[in-house]
Amino acid sequence: MFPLGIEPYLIGGLIIGIGVSLIYLVTGLHATQSSFFTTTLSWLSKRKKFQKDSNIKERGWRLTLAIGLVIGAFIHTLTLSPTGFWTTSVQLWRLILGGLLVGFGTRLSSGCTSGHGISGLASLSKTSLYSVVVFMGVAIVTASIVNMLGVSP
Amino acid sequence: MNKRNIIVLIGGILFGFGLSYSGMTKQEIVLSFLKLEDLGLIFVLGGAALVTAFAINVLAKYQKKPVLGGEFKPRRRILSWKTIIGATIFGLGWGISGQCPGSAVASLGTGNLPVLLGIFSMFIGAYLKELLDS
Repeated sequence: MFPLGIEPYLIGGLIIGIGVSLIYLVTGLHATQSSFFTTTLSWLSKRKKFQKDSNIKERGWRLTLAIGLVIGAFIHTLTLSPTGFWTTSVQLWRLILGGLLVGFGTRLSSGCTSGHGISGLASLSKTSLYSVVVFMGVAIVTASIVNMLGVSP
Repeated sequence: MNKRNIIVLIGGILFGFGLSYSGMTKQEIVLSFLKLEDLGLIFVLGGAALVTAFAINVLAKYQKKPVLGGEFKPRRRILSWKTIIGATIFGLGWGISGQCPGSAVASLGTGNLPVLLGIFSMFIGAYLKELLDS
């Protein structure tokens, strides 16, 4: 069940929670991820849908949050990471096809693993609970089927 | 940079550090959870959600207002078919690739350049959603 132990998972999760909580308690913002795509697109697309006031208002801090994620993971990789810099061996077609579905699905669902999974569950939102059960269940079935078809990792 | 964005940056750095510390920046580790070989991801999500739940439901109640002003609003969304269909489509993508938005972005900081293709695709997916969903 836990070939790598529980410790890195639990400690990592607590650090994530502290980051999200810090942002909430100081600014009142929910540090969630998938809206980043839509708000960032407001710099690139003139379409009305992307030029909504809420997108324009949020795009600055959402880009800042994304930059923070990259810097944080970079610092960990330079310092405490047992493996150092690293590249996935998941096939590019899976990254592309998966990415398309993730981008579309999280925006249709108004949330992802951080939006529904962390901030939504922490806000005791039933919508988020149902969403987490659905996306996790579907992902487990999907990954198992991909694995059974002999596609690895 | 204003005070708000400095805090968002610091919180984001902690978030990214935690994602990398817990291995979530590695698609292989996320996939090993989804194949039910290593259930550690539950502790990442659970640990993060519990700390955040304490902040939202306990600390924020004492504090009354965010330090920088404004008001606290718990994150609630209305349940609809869109939420559930969206979650299903997201689950398919997550299961195929082991990527979700936050972990994919953070993964760039670990030198995982192929994930750029995944992030680019997420932008395309988000763009298509806005085009089709009227």
